[in-house]
Amino acid sequence: MFEAVLLTVITAATPLLIAAIGELVVERSGVLNLGVEGMMIMGAVVGFAVANQTGSGTLGVLAAIVAGMGMALIFGFLVLSLVTNQVATGLALTILGLGVSGMIGEAYIGVPGLRLPELYIPVLSELPLIGPVFFQQDAVVYLGFALVALVAFVLFRTRTGLILRAVGDNHGSAHALGYSVIKVRYLAVLFGGGCAGLAGAYMSLAYTPQWVENMTAGRGWIALALVVFASWLPFRVIAGAYLFGAVTVLTFHAQAQGIGVPSQLLSSLPYIATIAVLVLISANRRLTLVNTPACLGKPFVPDR
Amino acid sequence: MVGGMKPLAENEKKSGDTAQTDRRASGDVLLDGKSLTKRFGEILANDRVDLRINKGEIHALLGENGAGKSTLVKMFYGALEPDAGEIIWQGKPVQIDNPAAARALGIGMVFQHFSLFEALTVVENIALALPEPGNMKALAKRIESISSEYGLPLNPQDIVADLPVGIRQRIEIVRCLLQEPALIIMDEPTSVLTPQEADRLFKTLERLASEGCAVLYISHRLEEVKRICHHATILRHGKVVGECDPSKETPSSLANMMVGSEVIGVSHSGKAPELGPARLRVADLSAPARNPFATTLNDLNLAVHAGEVVAIAGVAGNGQGELFDALSGEVRVTPEMIYIDGQACGAKSINWRRQQNAAFVPEERLGHGAVPGMTLTNNIVLTRHGTNDGLVSAGFVSEGQSGELEQKVKTHFDVRMSHDNPEARSLSGGNLQKFVVGRELDRKPGVLVVNQPTWGVDAGAAALIRQSLIDLARSGSAVLVISQDLDEIFEIADRIAVISRGFLSEAEAASGMTRERVGLLMAGSAERSQGNDRKAV
Repeated sequence: MFEAVLLTVITAATPLLIAAIGELVVERSGVLNLGVEGMMIMGAVVGFAVANQTGSGTLGVLAAIVAGMGMALIFGFLVLSLVTNQVATGLALTILGLGVSGMIGEAYIGVPGLRLPELYIPVLSELPLIGPVFFQQDAVVYLGFALVALVAFVLFRTRTGLILRAVGDNHGSAHALGYSVIKVRYLAVLFGGGCAGLAGAYMSLAYTPQWVENMTAGRGWIALALVVFASWLPFRVIAGAYLFGAVTVLTFHAQAQGIGVPSQLLSSLPYIATIAVLVLISANRRLTLVNTPACLGKPFVPDR
Repeated sequence: MVGGMKPLAENEKKSGDTAQTDRRASGDVLLDGKSLTKRFGEILANDRVDLRINKGEIHALLGENGAGKSTLVKMFYGALEPDAGEIIWQGKPVQIDNPAAARALGIGMVFQHFSLFEALTVVENIALALPEPGNMKALAKRIESISSEYGLPLNPQDIVADLPVGIRQRIEIVRCLLQEPALIIMDEPTSVLTPQEADRLFKTLERLASEGCAVLYISHRLEEVKRICHHATILRHGKVVGECDPSKETPSSLANMMVGSEVIGVSHSGKAPELGPARLRVADLSAPARNPFATTLNDLNLAVHAGEVVAIAGVAGNGQGELFDALSGEVRVTPEMIYIDGQACGAKSINWRRQQNAAFVPEERLGHGAVPGMTLTNNIVLTRHGTNDGLVSAGFVSEGQSGELEQKVKTHFDVRMSHDNPEARSLSGGNLQKFVVGRELDRKPGVLVVNQPTWGVDAGAAALIRQSLIDLARSGSAVLVISQDLDEIFEIADRIAVISRGFLSEAEAASGMTRERVGLLMAGSAERSQGNDRKAV
C-alpha cells in the first residue's frame, strides 16, 4: 500500500516538477508566461499522437517538446518582439492550447495509449521498496531531477546563469552593459516551452497513457504557483512538486477508502494548499525580494 | 547642413581666448566628436555637437536638464546611435554600435541612476561588465585589491540591495577601473554623496587623470566643476554654446552660460523670521522598516513653526521617503507622534490632514504626485476632492473650476505644455514638477511638506519654486523641505536638520551651519549621541 502510494506520488509530481522548473527559468529572465497550461496540453496531445502513429515513446516525447517550444515561440514573438501584455498573452496562449489540443485529439479519444518503458537494472530494481521507487521509473522521472540540478547549476554557477539572472533583475542595466535582453528572454521562453511540452507528454504517455480532452486539469497553473512557492530557487521546486503531488494522490486514496469527505473538497485541496503556501511564503519578505526577478512581467523596449 | 558653420562660429566668439590659455593637457586628443546629431521625434536632442576630450583631462559637460548631455554621452557609450556626425577615437573614426564595443575601445561609464543589479553580489555585478571575467574567486581578489588601492574599499560578496548608494557608486567606479579604461564618463556622480564622500571621489579622479585617464564629468554642481575640471563644454538646447576653463570662471558665470540669461537669486530677508507657534510637530516618531530595503525611523523629533522654512538634508535612502510617508499619512503611526496645528494626527488619514490645510508634495512626481494617464485638471481634482474647494459638488466634478485652477498654476509657474490640459505624463519632468508644486502652493497650505522640490527643474524655475516656498512661510505657514541638494538647503532654509540612517539630528539655525558640519551629520555623527540619549531615558 505504502509502496503504491509512493509510486503514484512520483508520477503525480513529475509533470509538476518539469513544467515548474521550465517556468522558473522563464521567470528568472523576467518574463511571466501564464500559458504553461496551454503549452502542456499541446505537449500532451502531440506526444500522444506521435507515439501512437510511430509506435515510439521517445519520438512522442521529442515531438511534445517541439510542440511546447512552438507554443512558446508564438508567445515569445507576441510578448518580446511585439511587446504585447504578458498576462493577457499568456492567458490567450492557454485558451489557444486547450482549444487546438481538443481539435487535434478528437481522433485519439478512447484509443489505447503507449506507456513509456521503465528502467530495469538487475538486482537493484528487484530490491524491496527501494527497487521500485528508485530504480524502476521511466526515463522522464530521472530527467526531471537532472533538469532541476542542471538549472540550479547553470543559474548559480555559470556565466550564462548570471546573465539570465541579470536580465531578470534589471533589463535596462543588462541592455546598457551590452547584453541582448530579447535574445536571452527568447531562449528562456523556449526552454520553458520545451519543459512544459515534456511535462504534457508525461501526462499522456506515463501518468495516464491515453488522451482525454483537458487532461492536464490545471496542472500548468499549479506549476506556475510552484515557482512562487519555491521563491524562484530550483531545489525547492522538488519539495513543492512532491508536496502537491502527494496531496493530489491522497485525495484519490481518501476517496477510495470511502472517507466521508465530499470529493469536491478533496480535489480542491491542492489549490487550497497553493493559496496557503503562497500566503506563508510572502511573509518572508526579504527572501522573496532578493530572489524575485525584479523585472518580472515588465515589457522591455530598447531605446535605440 | 548649410547652416553647419554657424554654431561653430558662435563658439569661437564666446569661448574667446580663454579656450587657448586654459590648463588643458597638451594637445593629445583622445576623443573627438564631430557634428554629432540626434533627433527624437520632433525634438533635436543634439544639434551638430562638437566635443574634444584630451588624454588625462577632466572635462566637464555642463547644461540644464534637457540640454542634451545624456544623449551625447549615450552616443559615446554606444547606447544610442548618432543620426549624423562622427566619433574619432585616438585618431581613427569609429562606429560604436553598443556598450560592449565602447568598453572594448576603453570607454567606461558610471551612470547617474546606477546600472547595478540589486539581487546580485558585488563580484557578480562586476563580472557582468567584463568580457572575460575568468574565475570568480580570482576576480573577487582583484576587486579587493584595486578597490582598496584607489581608496574605494568594497566587499565582493555583499549583495547590492543591502548597500547604501555611496558604496553602490564605488562598485560602478571599480567596475570601470577593472577594464583599464582610457575614458571614464561620469553622470552626476556626486548627487548621491556626502561632501566627504565627494572629496574622496575627487581624489580618485585626480589620481586617474594623473595616470593619463580622461574623465568626462557631467554635473550641475558648478562649485565642484570649478574645483576639479580642466575644461568645460556647455550645452544649451542641444547645441554647444561655449567652452571654457572652469577654474577661471565663477559659478554664477558658468550658470549664466548654461541658462543663457542672468539667473535671479532667491531673495531672503537674511535675518531669522518671527516665529509663530509650532504648526507641524514630530514627537518621538518611530516606524519599523516596511521591507528589507527600507529604513527604520528612530525617535525623530522636529518642530516647524509658522513663518519658517525647515530643511532636512541627507543622502538619498536614509529615511526621507519613510518620514514623508508618515507625515503625509500614507503610512499611519501612533497618534501622538505627529501633530498638525496642535492636533495629534499620526493615525489620521491623508484626507483628514489635507482638510486641516496641510499639503504634501512627494518626491516621485509621476505616479505618486500625479496620475500619468490623467489630465492636469483631473489631477488637481484628485488632491482636492477631500478638502471641499468647490471642485466636486454632489459627486460631480466641476470642469470649469478645475480648469480655472489649472490655468492659474500654469501661468504662475510657467508650466509649458504642447496643448491645453494634457495628460500628466506628456509633460517633461521639470514642467510636471512645477505643476505639482504649484498645485499645492495654490492652496496656501498652513503646513507644507515637500520632498525634493526642485529635482530635475532648470535653474530659472527652481529659483521661482524656492522663492514661493519662502514667501509661503513668511505669510505664516510652516514649510518643511526634504532635499538632497545642499545648495538649495542653504539658499532657503531657516533651520536645518540632517537625516541619516533613520536618525534625525536636532534642527539648527542655518546661519550657524557649515557644509562640513552638515556633511559630518550626513555621515551619521549624530546617530550615536541620539542612541545614547535613548538609553539614558
